[in-house]
Amino acid sequence: MLTRRFFLQSAMLAGCSAAAHPLMNSVTFAAVPGDRRLVVIILRGGMDGLDIVQPYGDPLLAKLRPDFAIGPKAGAADLDGFFGLHPLLVPQLMPMWTAGELGFAHAVSTPYRDKRSHFDGQDMLEAGTGMDVPVSMIRDGWLNRLLQTLPGATAETAYSVGEEELRLLSGAAPTMSWTPDAWLGLSSQGRRLLESIYHDDPLFRDAAADALTMTAPEATMEDDLSGDDVPTARRRPPKPETEKVPGHNALAAFAASRLKGAARIAAFSLTGWDTHRGQEHALRRPAEQLAAMLTTLKTELGPVWRETLVLAMTEFGRTARQNGTAGTDHGTGGAMVMAGGALKGGKVYGKWPGLADADLYAGRDLMPTADIRAYGAWALAGLYGTPRETLERTIFPGLDMGTDPRFLA
Amino acid sequence: MEFSQLAQVRFGFGPAPGKPAPADAGAMLETLAGPDVLASRWPGLSTEDALAAARDFRAAKKTAKHASKADAEATQAAFTAQKQRMTTILLQNLQVSLARAVEAPDGFRERLWAFWRDHFTVMAKRRQDVGLSCAHGEALRPHIAGNFKTLLRVAETHPMMLIYLDQSYSIGPNSRRAQKRPGLGLNENLAREAMELHTLGVGGHYSQTDVRQLAELFTGMQADSGEDFAFAPNLAEPGTETVLGKTFGGDPAKLEDIYAVLDTLALHPDTARHLASKLAVHFVGPAPDPALVTAMAEAYSRSGGELMPVYKVLLTHPGALTPQFAKVRQPFDYVATGLRALGVDGDAVRARKIKEIRNTAFAPMRQMGQPWLATNGPDGWPEEDEEWISPQQLAARINWAMRAPLLYGAAPADPMAFAEAALGPRLSPALAQAVPRSETKAEAVALVLASAEFMRR
Repeated sequence: MLTRRFFLQSAMLAGCSAAAHPLMNSVTFAAVPGDRRLVVIILRGGMDGLDIVQPYGDPLLAKLRPDFAIGPKAGAADLDGFFGLHPLLVPQLMPMWTAGELGFAHAVSTPYRDKRSHFDGQDMLEAGTGMDVPVSMIRDGWLNRLLQTLPGATAETAYSVGEEELRLLSGAAPTMSWTPDAWLGLSSQGRRLLESIYHDDPLFRDAAADALTMTAPEATMEDDLSGDDVPTARRRPPKPETEKVPGHNALAAFAASRLKGAARIAAFSLTGWDTHRGQEHALRRPAEQLAAMLTTLKTELGPVWRETLVLAMTEFGRTARQNGTAGTDHGTGGAMVMAGGALKGGKVYGKWPGLADADLYAGRDLMPTADIRAYGAWALAGLYGTPRETLERTIFPGLDMGTDPRFLA
Repeated sequence: MEFSQLAQVRFGFGPAPGKPAPADAGAMLETLAGPDVLASRWPGLSTEDALAAARDFRAAKKTAKHASKADAEATQAAFTAQKQRMTTILLQNLQVSLARAVEAPDGFRERLWAFWRDHFTVMAKRRQDVGLSCAHGEALRPHIAGNFKTLLRVAETHPMMLIYLDQSYSIGPNSRRAQKRPGLGLNENLAREAMELHTLGVGGHYSQTDVRQLAELFTGMQADSGEDFAFAPNLAEPGTETVLGKTFGGDPAKLEDIYAVLDTLALHPDTARHLASKLAVHFVGPAPDPALVTAMAEAYSRSGGELMPVYKVLLTHPGALTPQFAKVRQPFDYVATGLRALGVDGDAVRARKIKEIRNTAFAPMRQMGQPWLATNGPDGWPEEDEEWISPQQLAARINWAMRAPLLYGAAPADPMAFAEAALGPRLSPALAQAVPRSETKAEAVALVLASAEFMRR
């Protein structure tokens, strides 16, 4: 297996960038586990599944949420006669639904129950564990445990994109982490010295190794080859043009650029779903950003979109009833957004529990009828051929995958 | 390692040229118990002034919105000026916080202030509230060495907290107001976070029913961007509420009932444990000595929520004085420590133009993962080292280390002497070797500032 350290040292010793090096390129390519791509988006704050994918066919919904825009009459797009897509998502995402590249799983949740804390809920979602394990005990994420089982996975296989480090991808398997506009203004000598001073502190050593790889300028590498030590530009590089395109998402574009190369897995997060108050207004930014992310991924991935599955997951749903401030409070069951050419879309998956008082969880939240991890597990089984036993014991310990919802194309 | 060398690194912002290291724990506690000299010298924004700024902002916005065609340009310009004023207020808040941090004698008060601001995280979701988000921290400051009951009361009843966690919009479903305007009702946000984050901790013994009951008890607490905190009985839920098995309130609803439940939460054993453990994790490391946590929790409970006895344990317990530097400085802490080591003092920070504060601190801190007063959620900044040293965040720190000495006009003449003064016994052989091998003085200094030992505490 090609480790990140080995990769970096080879690249440095060879004195040229990995991309320009035929051997490195082929090794990296050979190491890639298949062609399927997986993108996981963590929707932080608790996305209101009942609003994003509205069960408008149930008249109780409008009674529970008298002030919300519900159903086609209010601008939602009908999906299947029972569910409707939130108006904010319609312009960008309905074409994707029609093309069979967008779908949902409804009434899903992690095993997290009752305390409804964002932070524990998100930790559990990213750790992929159940209520039997204290969240504080788990430091690695389920995507990282997947990587540990993938033959031929390298540090380049999985990317965490954005300024935060995702627990979802953290753990023993090496992964890459970068944000589109980061840079490093050091001479090549400075770069080498940096490696030497971080050598004994693994946290700094590994982060610096990635930073140096990601910012290794072609020119510097060639300078190294010729033996000259010309300092690289110290000025911050200009922002790429793409960031100015409206509706374009820089994180998604960056993820796509990596997924078109050696990367097979990318993860990032999107905040802003904690809509306690004035939900109609509060949803605007996150919903439009989610739509832009999915659209950007599709556009930028081009032909690779066919091989791609996107799972957008949240820590919990929200209360079935609107609260006293035209918003919703922390709940339990919610919805997962799925997209990509690898998806059998155009369908809302899941068993619908109903909205009557007796059907709600604790009389207040949508009742989860499936473990969101089961969808994750079936996705990994389909994309990477991960055996069921590994999924239920190692990647999602304690999970019962149940029967295959068959949502992959 | 001697106490004075260790303490200024772990409990402060590291050594500064010309400033004596704290002699012992007693001296540090005495300074902390004494007058807040830096707050008097460089005062922050008061809540009163923040409310006035918010009123000005809203008035300008309203005027611009309803302006006639002839007045459109002038009123829009006035509104833009108000928007800029809010940005300036935020940058000034960072400036004053940095000035205090680099000037502080031992840094302990400033580090505690940052800890409590983070414990009671607020954020302005609207620009008009930016001043209030700064004023909230200033309101907490006089109480960080007092009793936690007071600190909690001040934090929860501040207009910024009531706005941020939606309490201002939560109305008793059977209150007089709701009877006139059906459809108004509860919002659980503050009640949940008050128990989960501010007092008992998520592992504490409370249930969804307690959250709901506390939300009912909290009704009536009101404030908005332009108006200070007030209790409005007509919004309060009638009747009593039971929180953690104890009955509070009754008719007529009174603010004293809310104070009573806050006091009960403050003095709960789960709170003692939660605060002790959070302080230990923040100052010492991810897996602090359980004896340290227990001793701090006991000091808290024994004194009825007094914080000084807790700090005394923190500064004297062997479990807090281990020679391993297990924590990575967060970006604000890092920038302050860097400036201090470079010999930049409070007056020098104060002398910077606002635009310079933006370029040399505000923007770099955002790239390091800590946009000033803009956390992702009410749980504040993460404690885990991994959250702060991703490749991109580390790149931002290295870039800052390259630029800051020049931008502050404080580039050391002798990089090796700088390394020795900044790190003392913590200077590693690898760094001592690398510094003289740098191509330029700027890179040599940057290596010191970017070294793992400089970023650890």
